[in-house]
Amino acid sequence: MPAPSPLHCALRESAARHPSRPAVVEPGSGTLDYRALDALSDRVRDRLAALGVRPRDRVGLYLRKSIDTVAAIFGILKTGAAYVPVDPDAPPARNAYILHNCAVAAAVVEARFAERLAAEIAALGGAVPAQLVVDETGGGHGLARALDAADARQPAAAIDDAMPGPDDLAYILYTSGSTGKPKGVMLSHENAVSFVEWCSDVFAPRPDDRLSSHAPFHFDLSILDIHLAIRHGAALVLIAEDRGKDPLHLARLIQDEKITIWYSAPSILSLMAQFGKLPEHDCSSLRLVLFAGEVFPVKHLRTLCAQLPAPRYFNLYGPTETNVCNYYEVVPPVPEARTAPYPIGRICEHLRGKAVDEHGNPVAAGDEGELCITGRGVMQGYWMLPEQTARGFLVDADGTRWYRTGDVVVEESDGNYIYRGRRDRMVKRRGYRVELGEIEAGLYQHPLIKEAAVVALPDADAGVRITAFLSSKDGTRASLIELKRFCAEKLPLYMIPDQFAWLDALPRTSTDKTDYQRLKEFA
Amino acid sequence: METGIDYRQAVKDYILNEFLPGENPDNLTDDLPLISGGILDSIATLKMVLYFEERFGIVLEAHEADKEHLDTVHDIAALLASKAR
Repeated sequence: MPAPSPLHCALRESAARHPSRPAVVEPGSGTLDYRALDALSDRVRDRLAALGVRPRDRVGLYLRKSIDTVAAIFGILKTGAAYVPVDPDAPPARNAYILHNCAVAAAVVEARFAERLAAEIAALGGAVPAQLVVDETGGGHGLARALDAADARQPAAAIDDAMPGPDDLAYILYTSGSTGKPKGVMLSHENAVSFVEWCSDVFAPRPDDRLSSHAPFHFDLSILDIHLAIRHGAALVLIAEDRGKDPLHLARLIQDEKITIWYSAPSILSLMAQFGKLPEHDCSSLRLVLFAGEVFPVKHLRTLCAQLPAPRYFNLYGPTETNVCNYYEVVPPVPEARTAPYPIGRICEHLRGKAVDEHGNPVAAGDEGELCITGRGVMQGYWMLPEQTARGFLVDADGTRWYRTGDVVVEESDGNYIYRGRRDRMVKRRGYRVELGEIEAGLYQHPLIKEAAVVALPDADAGVRITAFLSSKDGTRASLIELKRFCAEKLPLYMIPDQFAWLDALPRTSTDKTDYQRLKEFA
Repeated sequence: METGIDYRQAVKDYILNEFLPGENPDNLTDDLPLISGGILDSIATLKMVLYFEERFGIVLEAHEADKEHLDTVHDIAALLASKAR
């Protein structure tokens, strides 16, 4: 099979084919057509190269979601570097850790974050990366102003697009790490392009499609949104992070922006089904509703399908390490009697999968096993974590590397997989991966806390409910407000526990380990 | 339209009862950051908006149901009072 073109070549091709079609729409701030997006990202490429960025470097992206950010992504890819997006709403120390960890050569940063980022990276003992500072994002104007200002000081020489090889990294996405530090999932151009090609085959996008961009760019759902839209000359409609959980706003946006392909975590669709007044909006443009990231509670999916019976619905499943690896079409209506979640479905055609026992041997169809995935879409490994990378893969006698998802599944006789649960202490919340150990590591930084243990239990409404059990060093118990505020300083908001409970001491097993089973009974 | 409502107290009572069981009411100050401080998540914020819309017979615009307008007891009470007028 010939090596695929690098991920960013799709923009050049769409710009040649559809120069004046809308590429990125930022409601309230403007629209950039393909010709303009291509030209703006060329300028980013040249400026980053002038700042010293070279092929195979990493470049950080610390910006609110905007046209500016999309242009920066393609500018970074055109230099041959990998982009590393961070969550602008996450604690600055966490973002600095990420950008320091993968040693970015430069970062495209919003002005309000720039100073703090430089200080935090310096405090970690790192060299402060070159920054392309954008005063305010929106419509691509802030980025253009930043480039104009830099050009006025010293013009950047125009260079050619880099042509990275299939194994060169396209992006690194950081996910929650069980040790308390986020870990970087390294995804190559081949990983990305093979996934986008698979999406093309299954969803057959057209230039007149309008794709929602609901997921933040540090979240792997964004790969489908951005790169599938650009590959097909379709329009990418950006939904700002701070509006993304407002169901009425989202319903109106589907109507006003005539979204044809929606993709988000199920929690957002659940909110829209409950509070979005969808039947009062004209959502007739929608032809595909895709969801991924967590189990969709059946009662909310039933409501959604009843309110919007026309589009096709797909349950997409997969960890960041593979992006989507299984898919299942849900055909409305959802029967009243159904309570079991839908299957995660069959393995995507560009990958292969199998379920294995604890020794790594395949289990018989119908038996529980851990889902393992191999193929062109599977990540290269975790950035600078060779041991975790090695643990993450099962290597066959013939050398095939199978990524161990950690998800326990059953394969049905028709080839569809059913999700049963996790092998470890990771849960999904609002589509995000949450390692309960990372929450505990955050809580342990509180001066009053002696012991912290976090458990998660299924919840019919929210999907999962997280409870933190704590004991105090000297009997003083921090208030709920203080605990929540402390967590907001240390952790992304989606990791803050729903409940906190103080105990005199945490229960122990006979081997003196924290007794999580007892705690789950308490919760 | 109700008059003479103490919106500030209504907001405090609702948040304490719904989202901060067992908390000392004095800790919920008027200027405590609720959304950015991790005290109200997005679903809690939504529930609160729906509750006050129903209770006071008002409608908040979608663009008002965000951190800019709802981050403190003071802001929420001011928004509710302006709607009831």
